[in-house]
Amino acid sequence: MRLVQKALVALSLVAVWHLGGSAGIVAHADSEKVIKITAKRFEHDPKRIVLKKGEPVTLEFTSLDRPHGFNCPDLGIRTDILPGKVSTIHLTPDKTGTFPFHCDLFCGEGHENMTGEIIVTE
Amino acid sequence: MHREIDRREFLKLAGIGSVVFVSGLHGLAHAAGKEDFFFVQMSDSHWGFNDPKINPDAKITLKKAVDAVNSLTAQPDFIMFTGDLTHTTDDDKERRRRLAEFRDIVSNLKVKDVRFMPGEHDASLDNGAAYLEYFGKTHYTFQHKGITFIVIDNVSDPTGSIGDSQLQWLGAELGKLDKAARIVVFTHRPLFDLAPSWDWATRDGAKAIDLLMPFRNVTVFYGHIHQENHHMTGHIPHHSAKGLMYPLPAPLSLPKKIQLPWDPAAPYKGLGFRGVATKTAQGDYAITEYPLAKG
Repeated sequence: MRLVQKALVALSLVAVWHLGGSAGIVAHADSEKVIKITAKRFEHDPKRIVLKKGEPVTLEFTSLDRPHGFNCPDLGIRTDILPGKVSTIHLTPDKTGTFPFHCDLFCGEGHENMTGEIIVTE
Repeated sequence: MHREIDRREFLKLAGIGSVVFVSGLHGLAHAAGKEDFFFVQMSDSHWGFNDPKINPDAKITLKKAVDAVNSLTAQPDFIMFTGDLTHTTDDDKERRRRLAEFRDIVSNLKVKDVRFMPGEHDASLDNGAAYLEYFGKTHYTFQHKGITFIVIDNVSDPTGSIGDSQLQWLGAELGKLDKAARIVVFTHRPLFDLAPSWDWATRDGAKAIDLLMPFRNVTVFYGHIHQENHHMTGHIPHHSAKGLMYPLPAPLSLPKKIQLPWDPAAPYKGLGFRGVATKTAQGDYAITEYPLAKG
């Protein structure tokens, strides 16, 4: 049993290494990439998310302070990000390009600067 | 179909200026016999804003706007503020102080029929609690000379939504009206998707437009985007107003929405208010933009 657990840990580490070791990115056993995104006033972290066209991904959101939103109109995705709750979006990008996202839940003076971009490559 | 209002007639109504835009003619005369009149739309005064690079005259800009409206040769029947009366703050006490100061400043308007609605800066952080204390209801209707005015609140919900409850209320209010009734809607955010990636939209705005669509004579005036914009959804025109603190760029014209900096060579550029003259018998609205000039 211990051997199996060690093997799984090793596989996970390899998966993270293959994904470039980027903070917040992990690969689940079913191989769907999960990108963890935190929101706090007035930024999403990371604010630049690189995806591959045709590759399924789960975006997993948590708030570090108050309610926020995540809205990427060009990819047709959005979610509320509420404190104490994990919000997820499953996405398989079907087009390449740079797609801006923003917080769409008014959160204060810097709200309008709470923006970022999803970059989808081939 | 458009019909230009006779310039002389308009000037008689509005007192000064020239007609720069004429909205659509929406059908046959419905309110014949009613009086013509005009009102003023003021928007996005952001009282409490403080960034000298963007507006070094922030502490006097609203006062200048009040003076400018007071100097109109003919005074409007009423004045409508379409939101963002104040600039947002996390401090509840400061929010109330700004709302009180705003109220004191605009109390100097000669016209005493002044109506208000919140913007997200006034209401989104506390769901409109402070605004309610100072200005009352955030959505309501009123009648003036044969026209039904409907104020829709799409900011007290921080998601930028109208919400099912208010949509139900809107449907009930519209249900009282004839399909040919003249209706003017005031909102803060655009009801349509002007630029969703800049948050220039209302999440459930399409539901409000669907409710309005059966009515032949509807015009929407809104704020939020700090500039003129004229857009049609079917037969319904939507007109945004300039702001009174800082201009914003044209929709999606820059990679990022930013406050446009003050231009010392052209102070107050991009700031102003508007007069809307109605010729009730014809169903027209003539819009005059008044720049807020230095002086």
